[in-house]
Amino acid sequence: MDDLIADFVAECREMLEALGGEIVAWEAEPDDRARLDSIFRFVHTVKGNCGFFEFPRLEALSHAAEDALADVRAGRRRPDGSLVSAVLAIIDRIGEMIAAIDAGEEMPAGGDSALIDALEPGSENNVTPVATTVAEAQGKIAAPRTIRLSVELLDRVMSGVSDMVLARNELARRLRESPTDVPVDGAFERLSSIIAEMRDAITRTRMQRIENLFVALPRMVRDLSAELGKQVLVDIEGGDVELDREMIEMIRDPLTHIIRNAVDHGIEKPAERLAAGKREIGILCVSARQSGNQILIDIQDDGRGIDGKRLIEKAVASGTISKADAALMSPREQLALIFEAGLSTAREVTAISGRGVGMDVVRSNVERIGGIVEVDSTAGVGTKMTLRVPLTLTIIPALTVSIGNQHFAIPRSAIEEIVRANGESVRLEQIGGAGVATIRGRRVPEVALADILGLESPMRDDERTLVVLRPAGGDIYALAVDRIHDHEELVVKPAAPAVMATGLYAGTTLADDGSPILLFDPAGLAKVGGVKLEAQERAARIAQGPALAVAPKATEVILFRGLDGGRRALRLSVVDRIEEVSADDIRPAAGQLRVQLGEAILPLAGVADSQLPKDKVRLFRLNDGSHEIGYCFQEVIDLAVLAHEIIPADQAGEVSGVTLIGGQPAELIDAHWLFAHHLGAASRQLGEPPVCRLPSDDPWMQNMLRPIVEAAGYRVVGEGDEDADVVIVADDAKIGKSASRRTIRLRSEPEPANAKDQSIYRYDRAALLVALKSTGARGR
Amino acid sequence: MNELLLIVTIGGQRVALHADAVESVVELDTLIPVPRAAPHVAGLSALRSRVLTVIDCLRSLELGETNCANGVREAAVVEFDGHHYALLVDLVEDVVEAQSDPSPVRAAMGAGWERVSAGMVETESGPLLVVDIAGLIAGVEAKAA
Repeated sequence: MDDLIADFVAECREMLEALGGEIVAWEAEPDDRARLDSIFRFVHTVKGNCGFFEFPRLEALSHAAEDALADVRAGRRRPDGSLVSAVLAIIDRIGEMIAAIDAGEEMPAGGDSALIDALEPGSENNVTPVATTVAEAQGKIAAPRTIRLSVELLDRVMSGVSDMVLARNELARRLRESPTDVPVDGAFERLSSIIAEMRDAITRTRMQRIENLFVALPRMVRDLSAELGKQVLVDIEGGDVELDREMIEMIRDPLTHIIRNAVDHGIEKPAERLAAGKREIGILCVSARQSGNQILIDIQDDGRGIDGKRLIEKAVASGTISKADAALMSPREQLALIFEAGLSTAREVTAISGRGVGMDVVRSNVERIGGIVEVDSTAGVGTKMTLRVPLTLTIIPALTVSIGNQHFAIPRSAIEEIVRANGESVRLEQIGGAGVATIRGRRVPEVALADILGLESPMRDDERTLVVLRPAGGDIYALAVDRIHDHEELVVKPAAPAVMATGLYAGTTLADDGSPILLFDPAGLAKVGGVKLEAQERAARIAQGPALAVAPKATEVILFRGLDGGRRALRLSVVDRIEEVSADDIRPAAGQLRVQLGEAILPLAGVADSQLPKDKVRLFRLNDGSHEIGYCFQEVIDLAVLAHEIIPADQAGEVSGVTLIGGQPAELIDAHWLFAHHLGAASRQLGEPPVCRLPSDDPWMQNMLRPIVEAAGYRVVGEGDEDADVVIVADDAKIGKSASRRTIRLRSEPEPANAKDQSIYRYDRAALLVALKSTGARGR
Repeated sequence: MNELLLIVTIGGQRVALHADAVESVVELDTLIPVPRAAPHVAGLSALRSRVLTVIDCLRSLELGETNCANGVREAAVVEFDGHHYALLVDLVEDVVEAQSDPSPVRAAMGAGWERVSAGMVETESGPLLVVDIAGLIAGVEAKAA
């Protein structure tokens, strides 16, 4: 409400300011129709708004003035000096009152009836207008200073700033090329940061509060629910989140559609709701929040939810998916079916929604602007739709690639991964003349960018780099490009129609050196390249499930804070689940801390005796396939992937090394060591242990491998000490002369280099243990 | 009556462009081709950090092809429908005043010229064909479509 009042005050101020001149002119020339009209419009607006806000005095004043002026406009009355004065006095009084409202003060004292009476024809009650009041009122108030600007002007400033950024980039390049002069560099740095600041500021001027989109919702929901005989309460949050105003326009339709669906299909009729034990009134929550450079909009209802089974039936009936596929679908995949064209669970077609065209359009519209729609639903409880959209349209993170010597840009949001065509896990084949790439067991259509563009390229197919793309609303395909260059943030502008007509491009942008670069539309490339996106979408998606499971991925870790507050990370694969236990369940037993979890008693790590928490404690349940241990922690920070180099610890221990995760160092917990240390006593064998030789200068071997080897019952020695039962070496290392019964070679690549390769992938724990066990047994 | 016209030479013919539509006359050096675009789109160029779509007027008029390989080309920069274009011409001559309103050309012109004709005007240097900029930009496809 306060916001609305502030808007009202600002609007009145503006009109008063604009009227300032008109009032004087009207006074001089009461017959001037245009002036009369603008004054009439002012009092009319004030009257309308006052009724809404309940300012009775303002309303009475403006109403009286409006009546009098209406008479003049209708020709029932001639404007004379006294009328003009009376109207002007009223306008001044309105100005005073608005100033008071804005300052949060009491309304100026004094009856208004004298002013109103003065409007009566033939009134002799002379009121002297106080022409300066408006100006004075303006001066008194330290309100936020605002002006209204045309959007066009803002756009011009924005594009000027974009140009400035480009000019700066070029200057930076020139400076890099020429011998550097420290003062010049310093001045340039300063200029650079000023420009960056300006760009931020001007970007903010393009921002609009998402409230503008939300204000219409309560009314829309009210009308809809009245029409449908339902009762719906709308709860709106996060209206102050700011978003590029173009973006607001782009999400208006999808948002409206989702809300219509929620009211129409989600929320039940009052009687049904009562029968289901819910309140008669359905609740629809619309909330917006910012997360990084994305805006998340949740639309949540407490209605009947989406019936996954019905979706499946419909999809099978319409031939979208086969029965066999349907049986394999996870609940999440079932829900995702609502985005398939032509599917709707609505039993009957209504005027509001449910014609079967809808969510697929919503999804493609949102994806077109680089956003994502997610759906989550529990039958009987409700549905939650989440729209994720980028903050702004004009600056797009992109990857620059080249064919021959021409550069192009690909929007980064569409890129799934980048692989070398001659990499070990990639195979290129021709099927009926069309390219098919097999990337880690997953077949994807492959097209060469040079072929799509009809450009000469000296490069052979297998020398190229494959960019795996997932266009908005389509399935993945691989694009073979000659060379990959850089990740850049590009200021994208629309291209001329003749260029857009190719269907290949999404816009143009300027490189650092000022030369134009074309930005590709990944979906358009696929279309021109003849890749069928729609038809195979589902089949490939299902095939992708199991394929992903075997494909080696970047190592995922769980980032957490230990009981002592340290930032640590554990490989996700060893964490079974998270448990919460009371401190009473933890006690020292048989030489170490142990925790009781239901029937099981596990060794407990990650905690020193002195740190033992007082009440509840949370722990990871770690599993190495045969044994479990618990690991205490304070809180989980995030899931992350290991992207940076691991700096190994000097000594084998709980922490195997340090690496950067999310820009901050984190200790990587050595799960091998944990198991070795906490279970070692139990699994150690009697008698003389077999001996294993590890290269003592290889940190990975010492920190990661040694614990497993020791846990398997070996005594570990370094080079040249004594005869060993087994020697473990890296694949590329020379075998030493020292005698050993067996050599285990470890390679760092998941796949063997050739068929004769007997080496073991160094994270293939199972194979490694088998090899160690068999040697150990023979050795005895 | 006294509208200003820019006289340019396209394919050896002296023709006129409405001078108020022409923002500037530039010399283009770099030209980035746009693969798969219509043939009369010679490529992209940049002018004061604005992207220009370069139109080969010869191709647009079906008179042949401008050889863009040999260095600097003269071009008239126009804004049309919110986009900036550079029209490649042989030569930019002068700005003159129109001395008559455009009148239809009754003589038989080539098909390409016919398509972009906005009539004939009298100037102090004789009658000139006024070329419709939108027609040049649309190229041959517009007619086919």
